[in-house]
Amino acid sequence: MNQLLAVLIDGLIYSSWLFIIAVGLTLIYGVMKILNIAHGSLYALGAYGAASLAGYWINQGHAPMGSFAVMLVAAILVGLIAGPVIERGLLRFMYGKDEIVLVLVTYAVFLILEDFIKLTWGVDPYLLYQPYSLLGSFDVGDLTYPLYNLVLFGVAVLIGVTLAWVLTRTRRGKMLVAVIHDREMAGAMGINVSLVYFVTFTVGAMLGAVGGALTAPMISVQPGIGAETIVLAFAVVVIGGLGSLPGAALAAVLVGLVRSAAVHYRPELDLFAIYFVMAVVLIMRPKGLFSVQEARKI
Amino acid sequence: MDGNFSRPLRTAAAVLAGAALTIVCATGHAQDKPIRIGLVTFLSGPAAGPFGVPAKIAAEAIVDSLNAGKAPAPYNTKGFGGTPLELTIVDEAGGATKQVTELRNLVERQNVDFVIGYISSGDCLAVAPVAEELKTLTILFDCGTPRVFEEASYKYVFRTRSHATMDAVAGAMYLLENRPAVKSFAGINQNYAWGQDSWADFTAVMATLKPEATITSSQMPKFGAGQYGPEISALLQTNSDVIHSSLWGGDLEAFMLQATPRGLFNRSQLVLVAGEPYLHRLTGNMPDGTIVGARGPNGVFAQKSALNDWLRVIYKERAEVYPNYPAYSVVMAFLGLKAAYERARGAGGGAPATDDVIKAFEFLNFDSPAGKVMMKLGKGHQAVTGTAYGTTRTVNGQVTVDNIKYYALERVQPPEGVKSLDWIKSGMKPGKW
Amino acid sequence: MKRDFTVRILFGVLVVLLVAGPLLPRWAMFLITLSLCYGAVVLGMMLLMRTGVVSFGHGLYYCLGAYAAGTLDVLFGVSDIAVMLLAAVAVTGVVSALLGLLLRKYRDIFFAMLSLAFSMILYGLLVKTSALGSSDGFNVAAKTLFGIRIAGTDFERYVIFAVTVLVAFVAAVCMHKYLASHMGRLAGAIRDNELRVEYMGASVRNTIHINYVMSAVLAGLGGAMAAVSVGHIDPEMSYWTTSGEFVFVAILAGTGSVLAPFLGAFIFETIRSFAYEYSPNTWQMALGTTMLLVIMFLPGGLWSLFTRMRKAA
Repeated sequence: MNQLLAVLIDGLIYSSWLFIIAVGLTLIYGVMKILNIAHGSLYALGAYGAASLAGYWINQGHAPMGSFAVMLVAAILVGLIAGPVIERGLLRFMYGKDEIVLVLVTYAVFLILEDFIKLTWGVDPYLLYQPYSLLGSFDVGDLTYPLYNLVLFGVAVLIGVTLAWVLTRTRRGKMLVAVIHDREMAGAMGINVSLVYFVTFTVGAMLGAVGGALTAPMISVQPGIGAETIVLAFAVVVIGGLGSLPGAALAAVLVGLVRSAAVHYRPELDLFAIYFVMAVVLIMRPKGLFSVQEARKI
Repeated sequence: MDGNFSRPLRTAAAVLAGAALTIVCATGHAQDKPIRIGLVTFLSGPAAGPFGVPAKIAAEAIVDSLNAGKAPAPYNTKGFGGTPLELTIVDEAGGATKQVTELRNLVERQNVDFVIGYISSGDCLAVAPVAEELKTLTILFDCGTPRVFEEASYKYVFRTRSHATMDAVAGAMYLLENRPAVKSFAGINQNYAWGQDSWADFTAVMATLKPEATITSSQMPKFGAGQYGPEISALLQTNSDVIHSSLWGGDLEAFMLQATPRGLFNRSQLVLVAGEPYLHRLTGNMPDGTIVGARGPNGVFAQKSALNDWLRVIYKERAEVYPNYPAYSVVMAFLGLKAAYERARGAGGGAPATDDVIKAFEFLNFDSPAGKVMMKLGKGHQAVTGTAYGTTRTVNGQVTVDNIKYYALERVQPPEGVKSLDWIKSGMKPGKW
Repeated sequence: MKRDFTVRILFGVLVVLLVAGPLLPRWAMFLITLSLCYGAVVLGMMLLMRTGVVSFGHGLYYCLGAYAAGTLDVLFGVSDIAVMLLAAVAVTGVVSALLGLLLRKYRDIFFAMLSLAFSMILYGLLVKTSALGSSDGFNVAAKTLFGIRIAGTDFERYVIFAVTVLVAFVAAVCMHKYLASHMGRLAGAIRDNELRVEYMGASVRNTIHINYVMSAVLAGLGGAMAAVSVGHIDPEMSYWTTSGEFVFVAILAGTGSVLAPFLGAFIFETIRSFAYEYSPNTWQMALGTTMLLVIMFLPGGLWSLFTRMRKAA
């Protein structure tokens, strides 16, 4: 019984993390139809930014609690700089190209940013471990969990609810949904599609960076973290149905629970867990859990 | 659009012309020039920080020092026998196919005389037959898999560090000497060859030395997983006496950061097979009493000697920290090659032929900052050394290692002709050396 | 209609390569060999792209072909290049025919991601198989060709080179003929509009299935030849980055001609090789920048340079 509880808690914590790293990706795909591999780099930039800024903050002897705010600021800064640079400087010249070509464009950006990160921060890992144990911990049975894990859960819920509210309940959100359904028609109705794309990409980039910043205290921030993360985020988004917010949430929970169960009961299967879920879901539902029906063009 | 296409066309033409030019030029081969050494080490990816770049820094430091003739005896001649050295550095990232291509390029396009390189075991296995085909003396400096010389024999390939069997053997010995009452143990190792082999070796050694100890769990997270929440819960619930781990780099650091606050190491004794490179980084997150190794008597385990002092000084000038075990490994490769080269050269001779260097290298004994290295396995191509383990203790906010124990090579390594796993299973009888 | 010189050009290249081979420096010979192996995979990728689907998991067949060739020696003690290539064709043919039953229903990014999932499952299986060296893989040595011993001889590298050149030549000519056939022309029609093809009475799914198997077999052949020429195989061949590289080269090359994949693979390998040498710290940046420049200025891939020149002439 105790083990089942552990599977659930571990699974939900992991799911929260998965949702945070994947939500920006699904938002950008939903609006712009770009499967953004550079999302992995934005995650890495967020982690590096947070590790540097918050690390500096703590080393200067400021109150460690302030490091949470600093991490957030770092992530927002990364999003505000990298998002517009990539979207205005590159992507806007590419709209209208084939989806696969756009994947490659973002892959190229990913490669360039990998070396950019290496040139800026070097290859030595950065550690920002203080915030992880700062909040204390809670016990479930004989297991101890840092409270930071609950923060992850809270942030995941907050991001999910906020985005859902904006998309379905606000005027701007409804405009966004209009663009998702038909870019040309929305443009004809007077919606500034270019601005919508710009804002979406920047917000998506910011979400990616927030994911990185929140992960930084739990890991060693080093070259290659972006590549590892982007595949996971991809899988979650595809399982959920590309561009679907509730889909991504459900997929994150599914993958999180499956991985957690694998680790607890059959650790040797952990390597396959996510791809196994992906293959099974795609075989059962070819377009993912939540998919938008598309019009067929004759 | 038409205005655009002349530029890429010109670029393409330039690339092709450049390629053609290189083909034409890559023929000259002069001998009185510096000795060119190709160094292959990770410059990007997760292995760059803990392994690749320290090795690169150590290689550059030692080449400068050797060229200036400032190394202690017996390495105090300039360069190799008076001829200066020149490094050509290549990134090891990109996989085995890429490394096979790069080795060919290094030898045939860049005309390096010797190659020192390879941290990844997969790369070592892949490049060995190619080095043989190219007839280029190649020293594998850091990879650990015993398969290289247990599955094949080579003329042009050497490895100047011990293979990985001794890491598990000495680790288990040290553990049982300090905690003879171990009843159960679990493992967390990366799900790829290094992690699987380390765990297989360790369980085999434990089965021989302490057959009544039970295995409670074997966690195999994927390489680069980063998130270890479920694994840590599973390990916590086993309440094992001991946790064995061969994690390295960012994965190890992430595991420590996530496991320490959850009290995993209050329940279980941690054994880190390759924990040495991270000690100075994990202050506050490395529990006292952790058993750590450095895959040989390297780094903090290296005993005081003129060579060790020299390496620590020239390395620290460049890196601001003391050298870790990959730095020691690369230095062993350079010093072994230097010793062999100078022995082959003899008194006052010219540059020796590669075959003569090979003859001098086989079964050579030479001194290194980590003590004596003997080329005794793999028909004189595979080095053996003793090794060491120790226990961490935090002193003045710094993680230090005490209770250091050294293990003689015959206790921790199989003799020639016996495969590692067979030797472990048959009771690890010390061989004749 | 313009006259089609493709087969003649291919034959010319074949003769030039076979004659010039022994004169090339060995690193260049190896670079060309490897480019041709990659080129064969990309040729299959090109066929898929012309059909309107893209696989992010073709590493599956590249790897499967290599392991089919490599494990022959481990399991049966067979190390003849011809048998190794045949084994690769057989194994990838069967597996792709089976998976094709499923994949033929998928399009766009879902086709890409489902094939990615399959290739990653193979990767996971191989990493778990310590008998085959886990992630380290193992070395492959081709000892004979049609029973004649080549291992250890002076002409070993040239034989491997020549076999690769011949296989690539045959693959390219067959593909060229196929693309010009009725079935081959359906590919482009499917990409443009599936519904219309169905209304014409052709089966979209069958065509996609057949093309998928053909491209998988080509990838298997490429993998087997790569195994023979590199001499080492490991699960990395099935990792998603390997598959991504094939897509990258296909886009870089363009889908205009069967010559394009081989040219693209050669240019890609050359750029990568020199980038490693001249900027070991920024080779990824160099690669990414090249890719962006090609996509921006040559939307039809490098091949469009040639078609433009022909138009101009």
